[in-house]
Amino acid sequence: MSTGTIQVRPASPGAGEGSGHAHFGHLLRSEWTKFRTVRGWVIGMMLAAVLMVFVGRFAAGSVGIGCVINGVQKSGKACVPPVPHGPGGEVVTDSFNFAHQSLTGNGTITARVMSLTGKRPDFTGNTVQARQGPNFVPGLMPWSKAGIIIKQNLHQGSAYAAMLVTGANGVRMQYNYTGDIAGLPGTVSAAHPRWLRLTRAGDQITGYDSADGVHWTKVGAVQLAGLPATVQVGMFAASPNYAFTSNSFGGEANQIGPSEATGVFDHVTASGTPAGGRWAVAQIGGGGPVGPGPLGPSPVGGGGGGRGPGPGASGFTAAGGTFKLAGSGDIAPEVPGPASTLPSVTIEQSLVGTFIGLIAIVVVAVMFFTAEYRRGLIRTTLAATPRRGRVLVAKSVVIGAATFAVGLVAAAVAIAIGVPAERNSGQVVLTVSTLTEARVVIGTAAMLAVAAVFATALGAVLRRSGAAICVAIVTIVLPFLLVALNVFPSGISSWLLRLTPAAGLAVQQSIPLYRQVANVVDPARGIYPLSPLAGLAVLCCWAAAAMALALVLLRRRDA
Amino acid sequence: MSTAVRALHAEWTKLRTVSGPAWLLLGVAAATVAVSSAAVAATSCPAGMRCSVDPTKLSLTGIQFGQAVVAILAVLTFCNEYSTGMIRVTFAAMPRRQVVLAAKAIIVASLVLAAGAVGVLGSVLAGHLILPGHGFSVARGFHPVWLSYGPTVRAAVGSVLYLGLISLLGLGVAAMVRDSAVSIGAVLGILYLFPVILAFVGNAVWQRRLERWTPTIAGLNIQATTGLRNLPITPWGGLGVLAIWAGAALLAGGLMVRLRDA
Repeated sequence: MSTGTIQVRPASPGAGEGSGHAHFGHLLRSEWTKFRTVRGWVIGMMLAAVLMVFVGRFAAGSVGIGCVINGVQKSGKACVPPVPHGPGGEVVTDSFNFAHQSLTGNGTITARVMSLTGKRPDFTGNTVQARQGPNFVPGLMPWSKAGIIIKQNLHQGSAYAAMLVTGANGVRMQYNYTGDIAGLPGTVSAAHPRWLRLTRAGDQITGYDSADGVHWTKVGAVQLAGLPATVQVGMFAASPNYAFTSNSFGGEANQIGPSEATGVFDHVTASGTPAGGRWAVAQIGGGGPVGPGPLGPSPVGGGGGGRGPGPGASGFTAAGGTFKLAGSGDIAPEVPGPASTLPSVTIEQSLVGTFIGLIAIVVVAVMFFTAEYRRGLIRTTLAATPRRGRVLVAKSVVIGAATFAVGLVAAAVAIAIGVPAERNSGQVVLTVSTLTEARVVIGTAAMLAVAAVFATALGAVLRRSGAAICVAIVTIVLPFLLVALNVFPSGISSWLLRLTPAAGLAVQQSIPLYRQVANVVDPARGIYPLSPLAGLAVLCCWAAAAMALALVLLRRRDA
Repeated sequence: MSTAVRALHAEWTKLRTVSGPAWLLLGVAAATVAVSSAAVAATSCPAGMRCSVDPTKLSLTGIQFGQAVVAILAVLTFCNEYSTGMIRVTFAAMPRRQVVLAAKAIIVASLVLAAGAVGVLGSVLAGHLILPGHGFSVARGFHPVWLSYGPTVRAAVGSVLYLGLISLLGLGVAAMVRDSAVSIGAVLGILYLFPVILAFVGNAVWQRRLERWTPTIAGLNIQATTGLRNLPITPWGGLGVLAIWAGAALLAGGLMVRLRDA
C-alpha cells in the first residue's frame, strides 16, 4: 500500500519517538472504532463480499452445455471433452499434421524449409456462402507454423521440442507448449530458405537455425525430463483457427474457422532413425489439411478441426527429395479467446462479481472520510490529532486492512464455489498451479484494498461524498465496464486497461499472456493488456498520487 | 397559485440557484456527444468486408456514459436536501411530501430531456458526418444516420426518453436510500450490473431473461434500427420495461418518503 511513501513530519518539540508510536496506535484504534461502529459501513462491506460470491457463482454456473453421448441427451459435466494437458499440467491445444519416423537413442534431424504458404476462410462473403461454408483465400496466420519436431509419442499433450518457421514471427524454437525462443527473423521464401536442426542427446534437445546450411546458430537447448529412448521425429505443419471478430457496441460477432499452412521441405536428413525408413503421416488431434465441405461441429480438442480431411488427403506428398506437408491446428497452450474451439473458462471468471463488490467498497471507503465533514466531526478529529497527515494515514490503514480481509475471504469463497460450478456446467476449466490460484485470491484482496485507499484519499480531496463516489466509480469501475461491454474498439479498450485505475483488475488474470498465441484483450475472458503485477502497480500509482494530493490539501485547507 | 404549481416553482428555484445541476446537465450533453463521437471515429468498415454494425445504435453509444451523469444528477437533487437538513424546511413548507417528490421528478426529468436532446442531436450529427467516410455509406447498403430516416428518429427520440426514465429511476432510488453516496452506488450498480452479468452468462435462458427484463439492456433496444426481428424485445416494449422499473422505484421512494421521518 502507499502508506510507505508518506513522510510524517517530525513530532512536535519534546515529544519522544516512543510517544509518537503510541499516539499512532491510539489513532489507529480510534479510526477502527469509527469504522466498526457505523452499521451501514459494516453492512456495506458484508454486502460487497456477498455480491462478489453470488454474482461470481451465478456467472460461473449459468453456462448450459448440452451434448448427445451414445444417443442420450446429457448436459453439464458429462459433456466435458477429454482435453490434452501438457507436461506442465496446463490445458493445451495439440493438433497438427505429422510426417514422422521413430528415433531411438540420440540423433539429429535437419531440414531446409523452402516456403510456408496457407489459406484461411473468408467471412466477408454473403450469408448464403457463410451457410455453405466459407470460401478459402490464401493467407497465413501470424503463428501458422511448419518445421521439424521431436516428440515423446503420438499422443496429444506429450512432451516435444520443435524448430519452426512462422507466418509472421520468424524462426522459433518451441517446446512443451509454453516455451518459445526467437531464432532468425524474417519470413521464409525460396530466395530466403531457412535451415532447421534439432539434436537429441539424452533428455536434452538443442535447436539450431541457419540461412545457408553452412553457418549454424544455436537457438536454444531445453531439457525434456523423462524422454523415453524411442521418440517420434519428423516434419509438421499447423495453423491456428482464423477468427473474424467484428466488435460492435454491446456485443461482438465472432466467426471462426480452421486455417491451413503448407510447408515445403528439402534436404531432409535424420540420423538415428531406421535405415530406409519411410515417413508415416499422423494427423494428431485431427490436424490434417482442411478440405471442402461445410463447417461441422469441431472435433474435441481439434484446434484445426471443423472439416473432415479432403478426399483421401493425407496432406503429405513426397517427390524426389522434396516434401510438402499441409496441416491445421496448433501446438500451444490453450487460452480463452475467439479462436478457441473449447468451451474453456478461466478460474477468475468466478470472480466477475469483483467489480460490483468494488462499487460497494468504494462507497464505504469514500464515506469513511467524507462522513467526517458532513457532521463536522472532522474538527473534533483534527483537534484531537493536530497532525493531519497521520489521520489520513490511519484511516487508509484501517480501510485498507478491513477491505483486504473482506476481499480475501470473498475471493477465496468465490473461487472455491465458482470453479466446481464451472466444471459441473460442462466447461473446460483452464487449471493453474496452486501458487497462481493463491496469487489471484491474494491479488484480488490487495487490489480491492488499494482501490479502497484510493477512494478514501479521493474523499479527503473532494470532501463531498457524491462527487468523490462519482470520480472513484468513473475511474475504477467504469473503464472495466466499458471494455467488458465492448463499447469501444479493442485499441481504445486496451489503453483504458493500461492507464486507468481499472488496470488493477489485471491481477486476477490467471493465464499468462503467451506471445505465441493470438490474444484479444477481453476482461470477460480474463485477458488484460498488462501483466498482473504491472496492472496492480498502475492502481498503486493512482492511489499514491491521490494520497499525496490529499495530504497536501488536508494541511493547506481549513477543515 | 395552486399547490402543485407552487411546488414546481420552488423546486425549479432550488435547482436553478446552485451551480451543480447546471454543470451536470452540461456534463450529460457533453459526455454523450464525446463518447458517441469517439465510438464513431474509432469504427470503420473496410471495403469488401461485411459489417454487422447498426450505424444508428453506434452513433448513440454515448448514452451508455451519459446515463451515469443523469443518475448522479437525479440522486444529488434529492440527497443534497437531506445532507444539508434543507429537507425539513421543504417539508415544513410543503407538508404533502408526494407533491414535493412529484415536483422534483417533473423538474429533473424535463431538464434531463432537454440536455439529453442536445446530446442525442450532437451524437446523431457526429454519426451523420463521420460514418459515411468510414465505409458506412448508403451506397453500401447502410441506412443514413439522420432524422430523415424513420427508425433513426425513433431511436433518437427514444434515447432522449431513455435518459428521462433513468433520471426518474435515480430519483426513486435516492428517495428510498436518502444518502447520496449509497444512492449513487446503488443506481450505477443497477445501470451497469446487468449488462456485465449478461456478458459473462452463457446460459441462453438466462441471457434472454436478462435481455428482456433488466432496465438498461431492455431499454436500450429503443436504439436498434437493424435486425429488428431478432431483438429480444420490441424497441418500445424495452423502453416500457425501463418505465416499469422507474415507476416502481418512484412509487417505492414516494411511499418511504411519506412513511419515514425526515
